[in-house]
Amino acid sequence: MLFEPDHYNEEGEFVVNMGPQHPSTHGVLRLKVWLDGETIKKVEPHLGYIHRSIEKMTESLSYRQFIYVTSRMDYLSAHINNQVCALVVEKALQVEVPARAQAIRVILAELTRISSHLLWFASIGLDLGGVTPFFYAFREREAINSLMDENCGARLTQNFMVPGGIMKDVLPNFQQRVKEVLKQFKDNYHEYDEILTGNVIFQNRLKGVGILTKEDAIAFGCTGPTARASGLNCDIRKLYPYDGYEKLQFDEITSTGGDCWARYEVRMAEMKQSVKIIEQLIDNIPEGEIVGNTKKVIKLPKGEFYQRVETARGELGVYIVSDGGTTPYRCKYRSPNFANLSAIPHIARGHKIGDLISIMATIDLIIPDIDR
Amino acid sequence: MTTEELKQVMTDLLPSSTFDETGEFLNVIIPSEELLPVMKTLRNREDLFFDYLFCLTCVDWKDHLMMVYFLNSRTHNHTIVIKAKITDTINPQIESLFSIWPTAELNEDEVFDLFGVKFLNHPNLRRLFLEEDWVGYPLRKNYEDEHMIEL
Repeated sequence: MLFEPDHYNEEGEFVVNMGPQHPSTHGVLRLKVWLDGETIKKVEPHLGYIHRSIEKMTESLSYRQFIYVTSRMDYLSAHINNQVCALVVEKALQVEVPARAQAIRVILAELTRISSHLLWFASIGLDLGGVTPFFYAFREREAINSLMDENCGARLTQNFMVPGGIMKDVLPNFQQRVKEVLKQFKDNYHEYDEILTGNVIFQNRLKGVGILTKEDAIAFGCTGPTARASGLNCDIRKLYPYDGYEKLQFDEITSTGGDCWARYEVRMAEMKQSVKIIEQLIDNIPEGEIVGNTKKVIKLPKGEFYQRVETARGELGVYIVSDGGTTPYRCKYRSPNFANLSAIPHIARGHKIGDLISIMATIDLIIPDIDR
Repeated sequence: MTTEELKQVMTDLLPSSTFDETGEFLNVIIPSEELLPVMKTLRNREDLFFDYLFCLTCVDWKDHLMMVYFLNSRTHNHTIVIKAKITDTINPQIESLFSIWPTAELNEDEVFDLFGVKFLNHPNLRRLFLEEDWVGYPLRKNYEDEHMIEL
């Protein structure tokens, strides 16, 4: 089959489809790859296999309903996606969010970030040929998901936000449960380093592969750990703080390598920073209200609103055009994965096809967020 | 640069531009024919240096289409929103910004797919999400299809 002339184009390049069912694409992404031997000449992403037109759907949903559709975009950062929608409504209505709601939002958002990075750690191991990291990471992820289940009622799509605050108060044992989860994570973190970080074969698959320079990261609109590994300061929590992040002490992790290994290191270090944030808050959750003063039927004033947050993968922006009614006139999600994806054809060129797996694993794409 | 200074710069650059300051950022509305030279200046002039196009989209206002470009400068840390008004809704077209910001490529594909705006000098204009033979542009306000249910 390999030598049938149909599979070659005029220049003698071999054209293959990676996906939509390739295991390492983590979903239904199809990359059309032009190969010369094993060397990648060109990559073209083909999208739309899970397109649900969430933006069109949003135009017929009220400002209380449209929050929950976003859980299905980046399902690993579902809580943070909900947060951006709640924040944009609060910004437009100028609603004050109670301090207790803010603290709980941030704790849950950082737990979401840890759980998302843990799933990435599990899958990078699988992609590059090791099964054990998957079980290590899922052990801790399970603890976080159970905690979400107890407090929010769902393991993955929490739907815990309402405009102005959170839906209900957390359980009385919330603080103790979060501390248990963090202790388990911190006690087991050294195992991750032992099994994957120190592994020479693993390091060689990542070091020097898929270099994204800082200029390219800006030009392609990359954000999140992908861009921070190229030395770009783009953490929205630092640049445009929301929900009380300005009061918290944490470091923005950057690296200058720009290769797959730098992206790996940045994500591993970010998990520790998230733990640091939660530890500052968990003993100091203020008492009081959990939801601010909002009307039952929300009408946004006429105008345009833009709000952004830092999800586990980068900057998620929501742009709402309101005509003064109960539903948005136009809603656009600036998704981090969509921008990060556009860098893949550029950085994969000239690499071997095996390296494309490393690149995709470290850029950590979530396909429903690209297709929306 | 502050909003006032940016406003002054834009007035000098293109006297026909109009402003709208209702939002968080400075909104500048320009005719779609002037888009490429204005954007080139915004990207390349040292004191402006808008190197980061972080959001590109389109809004259908029924009698015209409005392309919206969110620009930010990583060095100077100022933000501006450029809106290009396309008056022809039957056959809308505008210059592609791929030559200035590579991130525009997929974003413009998306707008072409969902709004039907044709981008001139785009390297690979295609329907990104929907099938090649899909009829109509779903995010246009006059879009209708047989599967739509009225609630």
